[in-house]
Amino acid sequence: MGRATALPSSFGGCVSDITSHQIQSQSERAAALASFKLADSLFAWLTRLAALCVLALLGAIIISLIIGAWPAIKTYGFDFLTTQRWAPNAKPVPILGGLGPLYGTLVSSIIALLIAVPVGLGIAIFLTELCPQVLRRSVGIAIELLAGIPSIIYGMWGFFVLGPILADTIEPAIADFVEDIPILGTIFAGPASNLSLFNASLVLAIMILPFITAISRDVFNTVPTVLKEAAYGLGCTTWEVVRRVVIPYTRVGVIGAIMLALGRALGETMAVTFVIGNSFRISSSVFAPGTTISAAIASEFAEARDLHQSALILLGLLLFVLTFFVLSGARLMLRHLARQQGV
Amino acid sequence: MANPLYSARRRRSLLAMTLCVAATGFGLMWLVMILFTLFWNGIAGISAEIFTQMTPPPNAQGGGLLNAIVGSAILTALGIGVGAPIGILAGTYMAEYGRHSKLTDVIRFVNDILLSAPSIIIGLFVYGAVVIPMGSFSGLAGAIALAVIALPVIVRTTEDMLLLVPTPLREAAAALGMPRSYVVRWITWRAARTGLITGLLLAVARVSGETAPLLFTALSSQFWSVDLLKSMANLPVTINNFINNPDPNWKRLAWAGALIITLAVLSLNIIARSLAARSNEK
Repeated sequence: MGRATALPSSFGGCVSDITSHQIQSQSERAAALASFKLADSLFAWLTRLAALCVLALLGAIIISLIIGAWPAIKTYGFDFLTTQRWAPNAKPVPILGGLGPLYGTLVSSIIALLIAVPVGLGIAIFLTELCPQVLRRSVGIAIELLAGIPSIIYGMWGFFVLGPILADTIEPAIADFVEDIPILGTIFAGPASNLSLFNASLVLAIMILPFITAISRDVFNTVPTVLKEAAYGLGCTTWEVVRRVVIPYTRVGVIGAIMLALGRALGETMAVTFVIGNSFRISSSVFAPGTTISAAIASEFAEARDLHQSALILLGLLLFVLTFFVLSGARLMLRHLARQQGV
Repeated sequence: MANPLYSARRRRSLLAMTLCVAATGFGLMWLVMILFTLFWNGIAGISAEIFTQMTPPPNAQGGGLLNAIVGSAILTALGIGVGAPIGILAGTYMAEYGRHSKLTDVIRFVNDILLSAPSIIIGLFVYGAVVIPMGSFSGLAGAIALAVIALPVIVRTTEDMLLLVPTPLREAAAALGMPRSYVVRWITWRAARTGLITGLLLAVARVSGETAPLLFTALSSQFWSVDLLKSMANLPVTINNFINNPDPNWKRLAWAGALIITLAVLSLNIIARSLAARSNEK
């Protein structure tokens, strides 16, 4: 460490030594070089070690989750994935099944994507094709600021502001509208409540919007201008250029963006915990309360003991595996696009 | 021009573009709504006491958030203090030493996964790896959880920023006889300084609003607590506990805290962005 702090003077000194008066003996020169070499390789190894830390971290997370979840894995096995009942206080052994949170996690994320993808792509198209140059940066930053707002703020806002609005006006309107349509009538059945899967999905949609917008905008910007100009030259309208040139050219990147957003939505915790109602029962209506894996962990983990705690860690492990695959898929697709650009 | 096919195409394009503008309005509307809610509920609670008094007991009057703010500052500083050196060194390896190695590819992939990994999982991990062996919730565990969240952010920005440094700069330094590690420290790091600071600011912004990983690591505390081995008060968990309580005084403080934390995080984001934009122009 002493070497590193004394660096500027020692290095500068060394140069002037060489130029002004020759280093006296061969051995002195060899010693100086050797010390450089040592510091050099030490630093190289230090950076390599830090880089390996990142790998070790992933390994440590997986191992720690598996160890924590082991008692629950041993007790429940595969039944954990198909049991809906969640009774941590049942005697003699708690009956715990992960189907409810798994269902809630998947359904809330999928509804969030259904809302956020068209809106996010719409904003990206606006930013790349329509927006006046002056506004482009500020509108882009404003949308990206949505990603900066802490999760808990979304939760508070969703609970105190969005929840009542949805329950009083929008949800009853939808429920009335689809009442007589066979399948939709069940999915959007009342009664509306402040705490519901739908409310959580809408909050999630707003939270993942900036990710979809930011990445799609970036990949839309990679479309060569010549291609677009050629399409305009043939007489295409703006929409046709977007639909037939921009989106086909960037398809892989857009799918990557969507999967990245899905990864975010699956693991989102605080915002969902506030608005989903934490009910382990699976309901056919999205206006009923539900729960997600992360919400279940956030609301129960601090008080949980033994098998209950282990089951929550098992849920966490399942969530991690799920997001791992989704995020890996997203990265592979975005990387594929980057390589395409490189060629 | 009266060709019906042409006007139908133009109408369709107009419709699609109108929808895009509407989508942008829809997106911006949420930002405005959330900020408005925060100011509406939070501004009444903002006063000098927030920054000078401790969190009050339930059903009391007055009080502030001093211990929570100080605790959050300590946790964030420690988290970044641990995450930043490791992150910058790891990013340096990826951009300088192992730029073309297989290992870098793997690390970049793993880092991207960690970057988007659910923060509650990080909380579970630290609970198993730190809280259980130590036997109690502690500020230290909270700081470690935040470090784990900050690390991938810093690795990512460091690598990106170092890759932007032009190679001739390194070659020139090497041609003068500078050893490699000195080139990295005195040329590359210095050239990328603004970018590295941007990365740190983004990491601070990311970490300071995190609630989930602190719920069962640092827990929170009603009292003045600077002992790292005990549970430590922090702003996000305090907000979480206060807002879920019927006590109107606690609710008022929670909204005030929410306003403070959001403004802090958003201004950090804006500062980081303008720093990055300025260094890009250079």
